[in-house]
Formats: sequence, C-alpha cells, structure tokens
Amino acid sequence: MATDRTAVRPSTRDLLTRADPRRRLTDRLMTVVISSAFLVALIPLVSVVWTVVANGMDRMSPYFLTVSMRGVFGGLDAGGIYHAIVGTLLITGFAALISVPIGVLTAVYLVEYGRGPLARAVTFFVDVMTGIPSIVAGLFAYSLFALILGPGVRLGAVGSVALSVLMIPVVVRSCEEMLRLVPNELREASYALGVPKWLTIIKVVLRTSIAGIVTGVMLAVARVIGETAPLLIVAGVVDSINTNLFEGRMMTLPVYVFRQYSQGLVPCAPDAVDCIATINFDRAWGAALALIAIVMLLNLAARLIAKYFAPKAGH
Amino acid sequence: MSTSEQRTADAPASARAGLGAGRPGRDVAGRAFAVLATGAGALILLTLAAVAVFLVIRAWPAMTTPADELADAISWIPEGTTLLQYIGPLVFGTLLAALLALAMAVPVAIGIALFISHYAPRRLASGLGYVVDLLAAIPSVIYGLWGGLWLAPRLEPAWHWLADNLGFIPLFAGPASTPPRVLMTVGVVLAVMILPIITAVSREVFLQTPRLHEEAALALGATRWEMIRMAVLPFGRSGVISAAMLGLGRALGETMAVLMILSPGFSYSFALLQAGEHQTIAANIANQFAEANPLGVSALIATGLALFVITLVVNMAARWVVARRKEFSGAN
Repeated sequence: MATDRTAVRPSTRDLLTRADPRRRLTDRLMTVVISSAFLVALIPLVSVVWTVVANGMDRMSPYFLTVSMRGVFGGLDAGGIYHAIVGTLLITGFAALISVPIGVLTAVYLVEYGRGPLARAVTFFVDVMTGIPSIVAGLFAYSLFALILGPGVRLGAVGSVALSVLMIPVVVRSCEEMLRLVPNELREASYALGVPKWLTIIKVVLRTSIAGIVTGVMLAVARVIGETAPLLIVAGVVDSINTNLFEGRMMTLPVYVFRQYSQGLVPCAPDAVDCIATINFDRAWGAALALIAIVMLLNLAARLIAKYFAPKAGH
Repeated sequence: MSTSEQRTADAPASARAGLGAGRPGRDVAGRAFAVLATGAGALILLTLAAVAVFLVIRAWPAMTTPADELADAISWIPEGTTLLQYIGPLVFGTLLAALLALAMAVPVAIGIALFISHYAPRRLASGLGYVVDLLAAIPSVIYGLWGGLWLAPRLEPAWHWLADNLGFIPLFAGPASTPPRVLMTVGVVLAVMILPIITAVSREVFLQTPRLHEEAALALGATRWEMIRMAVLPFGRSGVISAAMLGLGRALGETMAVLMILSPGFSYSFALLQAGEHQTIAANIANQFAEANPLGVSALIATGLALFVITLVVNMAARWVVARRKEFSGAN
C-alpha cells in the first residue's frame, strides 16, 4: 500500500465491502462445488432406497413373510423368507446377549474404574477393534469353534460369536459416551449418603443413562443385523426353518439376499406357465426390503428413545 | 471422588459400621464388581489377541506345507505356486480396490463435511449429518445387490467412454468389459460405503476449528472459501488424514459388495475397466470357503490373517494420529 501512493486508491469502504472479482468468483465457485458434493452423496442414498422399495414391493406379501424356501426350486412362483427372519432374529439376539453385558461392563470400567496403562490400552484397542473386517471376525469364530467341535462346523451360535466381536466395540463406545454424560454431582450425592461405589454405579449412574445405553445397543444391533460375510461362512445356507442355535445351519436375511442374487436368472422353457425367469432376483429384492425396513425401524426407534427419554442436562 | 472417600473414612466409626462400606475386607460386593468390570475390559484385549492367535493356529498347516503339496491338495492354487505367490495378487487387488474407493470418496467427503459444518444453515446441520449417517446404516449386501443389478448397467456407457477416450492412461486401458463387473464399478460402490465414516470424522474436526481463527480470517477480509482454506483446512488436516485411513480400513475389509459385483481373476493388473483381472482377500474367502477342504480352509485363513494384519496396521495408524491430535490440539 505504502509504495503505490501515486495510484488512485479506492475508498476504504470499497476495500472493506468488495472483494476483488476473481476472489469473489472463486468463493462462489467453491460454494457451488461444496454444495453439489452434498447432493452427490444424496444420489446413492435415494437411489438405493428407491430401487429396493420399488423392486421389493412386488414380492412383498404376507405369504412371502410366512413361508420358507423348503421344496422350492427352479422358477417356481413360491418361497419366502420366514426361515431367514427367524435366523436373523435368533442369531442377532444371541449376539446381543453376549455383547451387551461385556460392552456395558467395559464402559463402566473405562468411565468409573479405569486408570493407568490398562485403561489406555482398552480404549485404544476398542477403537482398533471397530476396524476389524467382518470376514476376519467370521474366520475367528470359525477357528474358535473348529478347535472345540472339529472342522467344518456350521452353527447359528458361531455366527452370534462372530457378530459379537463386531458388536462389542460399538456398544462400548456408545455406552462410554453415555456414562460420561452423567453429572458428577449425582455420584457425589450418592457417595455422601454413604452408598458404596458399586451400588452407586448400578442404582445411580446406569439408571440415569439407561435411555442412552438402550439407544446405543439398538444402533449396534442395527449395525450387525445386516452383516453377511461372517454368517455366510459360519452359519451356512439352508432352505428350511431352524430354530436351534446350537444345531445345524441357519439362514439369515442378508445371506438369503446374497444366495438368491448369486443363483441368478432361471432358464425357463418358452411355453412354461408358472416359471418366472427373474424369480431369484425378485426374492432378493423382497428380502432386501425386509432387511432395510428392520434396520431403519431400529435406527428410528433408537433416535426416538434418545430424544424422549434422555436425562435433561443442566438442571 | 477421592475426597468423598476420604470423608467416609473420617466419619465416626459407628456411622461407618451402619453403612457397611468403607471398611477393608467387608466390601466384597464392591470388590467383586470392580473385578467384573476390569475383567470385561481385559476380555476385549484378550479377544483381540485371541483373534490373532486362532488365525495363526488355523493358518499354520497351510503355511508349513510345501508348495507342490499345497498345489496338489487345493484345486484353486495353480501348480508351482507358493502360498505367498497366491496371496500376492489378492493383497494387490485388495489395496487397489480400497485406494480407488478412497480416491473417489475423500474429495466428496471433505465437501460434504464442509457443507455441513460451514455452509448449511445451522438448524439444518445436524439433520443433514443424520442423512449422511443413514448411508452407513444400509447393509453391505444391499449395496452389493444395488451395485450389481442397478448401478453396473448404468455405469457401463461411462466406462466405455473412458476406455475409448482416455485408454492411453494405463488405469483406463480398454477394452471396457461388458457386463461391467470390473474393479472400477466396485470402487464406486465402496466409495459410497466409506463416505459416511470419512464425512463424520472430518465434520467433527472441522467443527472444532477455533472460532477465533475463523473470525480473524473473516475480519481480515477473507471470503468464506479463503477462510476455510486458511483456517479450517490446515487445522483439520491431520483429522482428515486419519478419517481417510479409517475409511481405507473399511474398504479393505469389505466383502459383499466386491463378491457380488466383481468378476474375479488373479493378476497384478492396473486395468480397472477389464474384468477377470482382480480379486480381494475378503471376497475370495467368502467365495471359496464353503467348498474348501481342510487344507484349503487353512490357506484361506492365512489370507485372512494377511488382511487382519493390514487393516490392523491401517487402523492403529489412524487411531494414533487421532489420539495424538486430541492431546496437542488446543481445541479441548
């Protein structure tokens, strides 16, 4: 500024209110680019949900939801996902049964007891554990049970173990966050009344954060309920209903989707009446719709619980 | 907490006896609970160690069997190939697919994160974040179904165009395959799948930018973009790097989308538009596991071990960057 005194200087007001055109243009351009990045992300979301709903609705019916695939072959206009729904609910439920106590207790340890290198190691490795590939979790569960029950083992319960390896870190993370939200005044008030620490944790800390914990668990369930790869290799593929976690193969919804997809088009005779060439893809879309509905319902319910039952902060 | 315990200790003995706590040896339940909680924490470490140990145990037979015996026993290992030579192209395919996804996802994710943190109206911001998180809620098998049946046919013209016009670049070397069950299609689907995690972490970091830095930049006359370039991006750089690495970890381990879209092959090829050239570790395991004999299972677990080590290193590096940041950034 000081060097070009001879030049006609724009008024201070102009300098402050007007960026030079090139800079302003760059600014506008970047606004457009950044906003369109967001729109780009919406394309797959809308298109996935739309294609699943549009293609899945054709097959979706009470019949589809209440029969299994037993005795269904070729392009037969029959078969449903009942066995897969049963399998998904059982395997995921058992996985939750394993993961929730371990996850909640670990979170309690980290928030209430954790000091020193062990706590730091647990925090770090819980984060690392969230990144374990799901197929590796499946291989781990297979190796573990193969050691006990011999090779070639295919059980619903093995699938549950694989899923809980994936689920525990998620539960720990969300519960830890919730426990840290509990105001310290509550703990101190309880201690002042002479309540021992463990009772304080159970009766005060956990009870205050129960809504958050339930939300966290539901989100964790929603996350693992769609896992396919570990179940594909340890729970196997089957066409009939199996309600025993500890005996025989078990079908699940995600594996069902994959199975139908990989069977591909059915070669139909040109004059066949009850043969549908795309029946496998149709069933895959139908099962995908059921799966996505379950996942979205879990997500929605979790958010609603978090919203309406959360402790009011800052009294 | 320590002060409250001290107060209990100072209280009259009669009061303490009535409460039952605080006296050493009496507080069995308290101690049991502490042990239980600590045990759960230790179990996490044990599990992670067990994953490594069990994979090594099961992979051991394949790792110690001589190459020609291995090729004899396992139909899908070609004659004269050692286990390492078998794993090599798989590792290459896995890394190539993940890096491809990363290259597509990171710019978009940064854009979305900036849009949510600095462009969108404040009241909409959390809702928009939730919309992006929904992408993460969709199961991977549905992405596979969508990618295989809906997206792939629609991408085919684009791939042909790329091969015809930019074919001189080795990555786009033609002829583009029909149907497009190629690594490029897989990359697009994987990019969509890792978008949410990269966006979520970057968004958090961008929101942490000290307000004073931003306001100082604006006060000096910077436009919004200049403010972002000078204050937000330098502050968030390490966060974005670790976010990208977390995304990389996800992409490396993704099975179903690859399995359902890619037409597999084993080679060190950079031609992204040609089918039958690549395969990833995870998809290969899912593909072969059901029909593999005991030695084959062992070989597959050996490849799984390689995948485990790769993702572990990537994730630990990412977490290390995040943790280092947390301690030294002045934001908290």
